[in-house]
Amino acid sequence: MAAVSAPTVSEASFVSRLVTRKTVMVGLLILVVVAALAILAPLIAPYSPSRLSVVNRLKPPSGSYWFGTDEFGRDVFSRTIYAGRLSLLVGASVVAFAAIFGVTLGLVAGFFRRLDTPIARIIDAMMAFPDILLAIALVAALGPSLVTVIVALGIIYTPRLARIVRASTLVIRELPYVEAARALGVPTWRIMSRHVLRNLVSPILVQGTFIFAYAMLAEAGLSFLGLGVSPEVPTWGTMIAAGRQYIGQADWMTLFPGIAIILSVLSLQMVGDGFRDLLDPRLRKDL
Amino acid sequence: MSRYILQRLLGMLAVMFVVVTIVFIIVRIAPGDPAAVMLGPDATAQDVAALRARLGLDQPLIVQYGIFFGQLLQGDLGESIFLNRPVLSALADRAEPTFFLTLFSIIIAGLIAIPVGILSAYWRGSLFDQASTTLAMLAASIPSFWLGLLLIQFFAVRLGLFPVSGYGGPGAGLGTRLSHLVLPALSLGIVSSALILRFTRASMLDVLNDDYVRTARSKGMGEFQVVMKHAFKNALIPVLTVIGLTAALLVSGAVVTETVFGLPGVGNLVVSAVLRRDYPVIQGALLIVAALYVLINFLIDMLYLLVDPRVRY
Repeated sequence: MAAVSAPTVSEASFVSRLVTRKTVMVGLLILVVVAALAILAPLIAPYSPSRLSVVNRLKPPSGSYWFGTDEFGRDVFSRTIYAGRLSLLVGASVVAFAAIFGVTLGLVAGFFRRLDTPIARIIDAMMAFPDILLAIALVAALGPSLVTVIVALGIIYTPRLARIVRASTLVIRELPYVEAARALGVPTWRIMSRHVLRNLVSPILVQGTFIFAYAMLAEAGLSFLGLGVSPEVPTWGTMIAAGRQYIGQADWMTLFPGIAIILSVLSLQMVGDGFRDLLDPRLRKDL
Repeated sequence: MSRYILQRLLGMLAVMFVVVTIVFIIVRIAPGDPAAVMLGPDATAQDVAALRARLGLDQPLIVQYGIFFGQLLQGDLGESIFLNRPVLSALADRAEPTFFLTLFSIIIAGLIAIPVGILSAYWRGSLFDQASTTLAMLAASIPSFWLGLLLIQFFAVRLGLFPVSGYGGPGAGLGTRLSHLVLPALSLGIVSSALILRFTRASMLDVLNDDYVRTARSKGMGEFQVVMKHAFKNALIPVLTVIGLTAALLVSGAVVTETVFGLPGVGNLVVSAVLRRDYPVIQGALLIVAALYVLINFLIDMLYLLVDPRVRY
């Protein structure tokens, strides 16, 4: 069996090459800080994110309120780090959703010729819808809630992953080691999981990182439009939407949640770019 | 060649068929009765029944699908529940700001991305290249609505150079209307420039080391001519592709940007339709935008056929 097992990249060499890349390390560092702040928010936040203080409303950043306060006197720093939890949760859940359905669809389409054309057409058709527009249509149909946002964004990004998995599967399917496995009578499901899927880890990882970033941006957009989670729940999008009314007098309400989105999305893109460059030698220096 | 065109045309029609089916399904997956949801909790049973009959929701699903498809073939996108007018004319009325917003955003994105992408590839690995690729990544990470708010605060509120929001009101002249589009187009253009820049750079890198570029140089041709006439001309096709697809996707960005700037475009109409659960409008907008995307994709393929003889097999 050893003769037909799929070639894999040496994990140790991959990690050592990864850590030598400056962009990846900076990206990872920002990501770890953002994630740590979000996860440890109950321990770090100086105030409760929903604590009202009428006397302290619209206060600029200071020693007591690092990012200032909002129109209800709530601490913008505490709300910003609490909001990170929801953004990260949405991003991770959307990636998990897209990975489960996208990988399955892509594998089946790429491996079974008869199913390829109908699945490929569905993927093409789904890709024709711009993400936010399809998301708001789905939210309109299902009603705004956290689960709806995750499902809607998951549905949007599933075909993007499926397309990449399908394209790679079409190539891998024809490789000699898959043919050899077939000739040896290895069951189809085992070929798909052991020989094909294992070689798809890199493109899935790269695309998953980008989907994480885009899902966070899209969630912020939906929340900004009032079509995401309940407006009382602090998210970066709802915070910017609330800050919009006070942009002339309290621009910190808009500024800090925006910077939080940018840092998170940027860090994910840096990591994703680094992964792609390392895993695809063709692109290593070009993109 | 005609076989290729026919194949692509059939492929496009198949994709459009699936698009129509998906749009039909999206509106029908709403939990409960869409008519009751649209009319709200105060509606009487008679009102709900009347709306169900008007929308054809009292028919079996397959009949509804047939009617929906038949109407589409006649160019009928249905009627808006709240505007009491055909969806197509409601969308057409709002098309101007969205069209100009998309057009200007693409022009701004191209003006930033193409020269920077070319120079970045030409000076590969230099400080300029590193700075521009980092800035492109940063631009792709900025939510367009947040950038829009910052631009409003700085250029409209503080400096008073541009209007804060709106489209100049009814009867406003073209100049006034266009001045309302500068900031929204700038915010969308900057954000969209990232992808075009990356493609321009990658595409230029592909061709800069090709033999014909070396030959042009060895003939003693000036660097500007070598880069623009020989390299860029050949690198243009992928760049045009990404510009075309970005234009189609910009409509998505326009939904949020139009809301920030209070522009009365298609995006704004869709957002208010979602808040009012005006399903026919949402359905119509989705169909038109997806059809545009599919059509642009098809046209790009045809453009390839015209400019690249290798495709004509």
